[in-house]
Amino acid sequence: MGRLSLAAWLYLTALVAMAVAILRYVPVGLASRHWLAAYAVLALLFLVCDSAPTTLAARQSAWSPSSAATLAAVVLLHGGIGAAMVGAVAVLTLRRHVSLAERLFNGAMYAVAGYLAGKSYLAVLGTATTFWPHTRAASEVSQVDIPSPGGFAKVLLPFAVAALVHAVVNHGLLWGILRIDQRSRGAVRRSVSPGGLAQLLAYDLGFAGLGLVIAALWGVIGPFAAAIVLVPLYVARWAMGQFAEQRRAHSATLAALCQAVETKDFYTRGHSDRVSRGAGMIARQINMPQNRADAVTFAGMLHDIGKLGVPTKVLQKEGTLTEDEYAAIQLHPMRGLEIVGDIGFLNEALSGIMHHHERMDGRGYPMGFTGDEIPEFAKIIAVADAFDSMTSTRSYRKARSIEEAIAELKKGAGSQFDPKIVEAFITALGSGKEKWKPQEPAQPRDYEILTSQDHDDPISPLRVFPSR
Amino acid sequence: MTDAAGDAVSDAVSGADTPAAGRRMAYREGEVMVRPAPRWQALASVDTGRLILLSSTGLLVAICLVQLVGLKHTTVAIAFGLFIAFGELLRLSLPGNREAAPIAMIAALAFAMVLDIAGNNPHGKMFWPIPFEPAQVVGVAALGMLLGALPHIAAGRPAGVTGMSARLLGVAFVAFVFRPLVNAHLMMLGSPRRAALAFAVMAVLVLIASLIETLITAVIRAEDLRARYSVTLADELRLQWRLGLAVGVSAIITVFAASAMGLYELAVFAGPLFVVQLAFRRYAGIRATYLQTVRALAQVTEVAGYVDSGHSRRVSRISLAVGRELGMAEPELLSLEYAALMHDIGQLSLVEPIPAGATCNVAKTTARRIAEFGAEVISQTGVLDAVAEIVRCQWLPYRGAGAEPPLESRIIKVVNALDDLVAGSADRDRVLAAIASIRGETDLEYDPVVVAALAKVSNRLPVNRL
Repeated sequence: MGRLSLAAWLYLTALVAMAVAILRYVPVGLASRHWLAAYAVLALLFLVCDSAPTTLAARQSAWSPSSAATLAAVVLLHGGIGAAMVGAVAVLTLRRHVSLAERLFNGAMYAVAGYLAGKSYLAVLGTATTFWPHTRAASEVSQVDIPSPGGFAKVLLPFAVAALVHAVVNHGLLWGILRIDQRSRGAVRRSVSPGGLAQLLAYDLGFAGLGLVIAALWGVIGPFAAAIVLVPLYVARWAMGQFAEQRRAHSATLAALCQAVETKDFYTRGHSDRVSRGAGMIARQINMPQNRADAVTFAGMLHDIGKLGVPTKVLQKEGTLTEDEYAAIQLHPMRGLEIVGDIGFLNEALSGIMHHHERMDGRGYPMGFTGDEIPEFAKIIAVADAFDSMTSTRSYRKARSIEEAIAELKKGAGSQFDPKIVEAFITALGSGKEKWKPQEPAQPRDYEILTSQDHDDPISPLRVFPSR
Repeated sequence: MTDAAGDAVSDAVSGADTPAAGRRMAYREGEVMVRPAPRWQALASVDTGRLILLSSTGLLVAICLVQLVGLKHTTVAIAFGLFIAFGELLRLSLPGNREAAPIAMIAALAFAMVLDIAGNNPHGKMFWPIPFEPAQVVGVAALGMLLGALPHIAAGRPAGVTGMSARLLGVAFVAFVFRPLVNAHLMMLGSPRRAALAFAVMAVLVLIASLIETLITAVIRAEDLRARYSVTLADELRLQWRLGLAVGVSAIITVFAASAMGLYELAVFAGPLFVVQLAFRRYAGIRATYLQTVRALAQVTEVAGYVDSGHSRRVSRISLAVGRELGMAEPELLSLEYAALMHDIGQLSLVEPIPAGATCNVAKTTARRIAEFGAEVISQTGVLDAVAEIVRCQWLPYRGAGAEPPLESRIIKVVNALDDLVAGSADRDRVLAAIASIRGETDLEYDPVVVAALAKVSNRLPVNRL
């Protein structure tokens, strides 16, 4: 909690104050027994949903269908107070590892969102008079309000508005804390990330209808409605959980297989992993959308996989290469494409793998592309690739320092590398958000070959016999 | 077609999370007999089940369509029909090449069980059930499904007639049991007791309907994959019960909520259902991607010149056929496929490739080293422990090395030997000679049960077409 910045604390305090101001008027004494019972059931539904969230594709963002309970409360508990009280239950969430600051933030956020959703529902329905609760509190809590059969036509539009307001307030407040808290890497950041917000919003709006369905079911089977909707919710959660699990498994398998490939070459151990991380740093620095940033890290991971097709004796050769040997090395991006070309999800990443040795001045391989002909992914990988090569130890030289490597990148900007990418990488390295972890010293294992040249190294390029 | 089917099951759901390694099969030597089956027999048995299914459904639909004449409450029928079409349009491909249309099934089941719809009650009374005839329900459902299938056909995708038939028969069962009860006013809403009764009857009926759909699907799958019916049925039940549960309960929710909300409910409920289906779609997508990645990366040993081109895929295809012949369940088949694809990854630890990549003749120490390095690589993933164990044991002899290796390892050992001996050739005599030579070593080296299964499988179809 101490990691929250001052601005984040102010934001949190203001939000909690707003929630307290709303909930101060909870007129429990005036509420009917039916109303309180309905509240209890919906609050329980909210708590159950909120305590079992799932991870969505956007890294580390938790999603739960709990807003369906709040929106059902908007209809059944008739307005803002009940919905705010349901949302406030988020403070009690049974999720583990939720700090007090997170609990307060979530509780206050859902209370405010529920209140505003309820108010806008009543406003569109044409029954709300004032914004602040105390004037109409008694009428809001006197009964459970189930629209009559056929009366649902009238609440459709108000409900849609309420759902929209709830989603916008919810995600707006989340977005706010993320913006403020971005640098301090505070407690709230762990549960949400900005990249996934749009997706979360879409999920929430799609799910909002469930709130109205609960309200309709309530009229037929009473509070049992809350129990019955849990079944499809459980199944949805299972599928989302499986998705997250398989995604993790997929990444882990990809990484392990890449590692297996590079263990062949002692000097490049961990190379693909570092290039992958470097490419990710650049992608985030130039504000690539999440899915493309993911793709470029995969491309970084796989960029040298085709090196397996280069005969070991060529890799081991000391001194000058013949033209044929150089051609064999130049072929490795194509061999890589041969291996991973079938993997459908790579799409754009394939261009990164194929062209990561192109140069801005057109002297690269395999196609000899210049400038903007080179795909963006390839430009990114080229920079991360060369940087890692320079900061790693080779048989013919020791590792260069980060400063020396940066100077070398600057020298190559324009001729070999895209200056914009070089600049983004240097900024990312300097910002300290993500630290560069260079190669760790290790002993070669018996099956590892000791290569004597590195095709990635811009400081000592491969030497080739001039053609006659 | 067996080729396609081979790919099909390979992408099995590991939902049940049963680790494949360590499972013992109840086979004893000699129980599996090698019987050369004549080719015509295999051909004749193809698609019998599908033929019966399609013709009986076709007959049913034809009869039911006639009953549509004089249909009342056409608004309700059209709304549900469109909802069914919408669901059929949003078909879902699940792991294992399964086609499902959960939203269509929800809509059709709800239509079969519809009680009263707010704003559409006959005589203007509340809780007065809408009197649809069972045949009319089936007719509308069939039309809705066909309408939803048209865009698939137009886009060049399979029409999915088998899946639609299975769904329709499940729906027809519910309609023919439940509609008479409704029309006799035995199923009504309006009081908690009535609602509870209706709920209980509906719950039982949707359960039976999903069972009918599952049974039919399992019969068809057993035919397509040449697997045992009991195995495919267990697979279907294990992998699909969650979706079936969600579908059944959602259908009941639809009926009850529509009673209060009217036909708007269909549109309002479509949103949440769509999101749930999206979750399944993403799950299926990542599963397919995962398999694709492993298949592609397993080729690294080929590109590096360690093994013959296509070796990993051949071993994985034939291993799957043998595993299915031995009655393995889908999660185990998936582990088997991954292990077979990656069984030679350990060769990357060799500085110089083995001649022709044939691991069946190398020294024990080398074979062991390849197996152990491969297992080490695979266990690095942290999620494929069962696969790593299979790869680790692939070099072990069937007997005489302490504990018996896992069945999957024994299969890979035998199939790997076969592929090393025939090197992808489809020559029948060569395959038979290779199997005979492997059978010569079944006292210690190779598991005779696996060899018998391999002989049976290769008898059915040439090895290169498995």
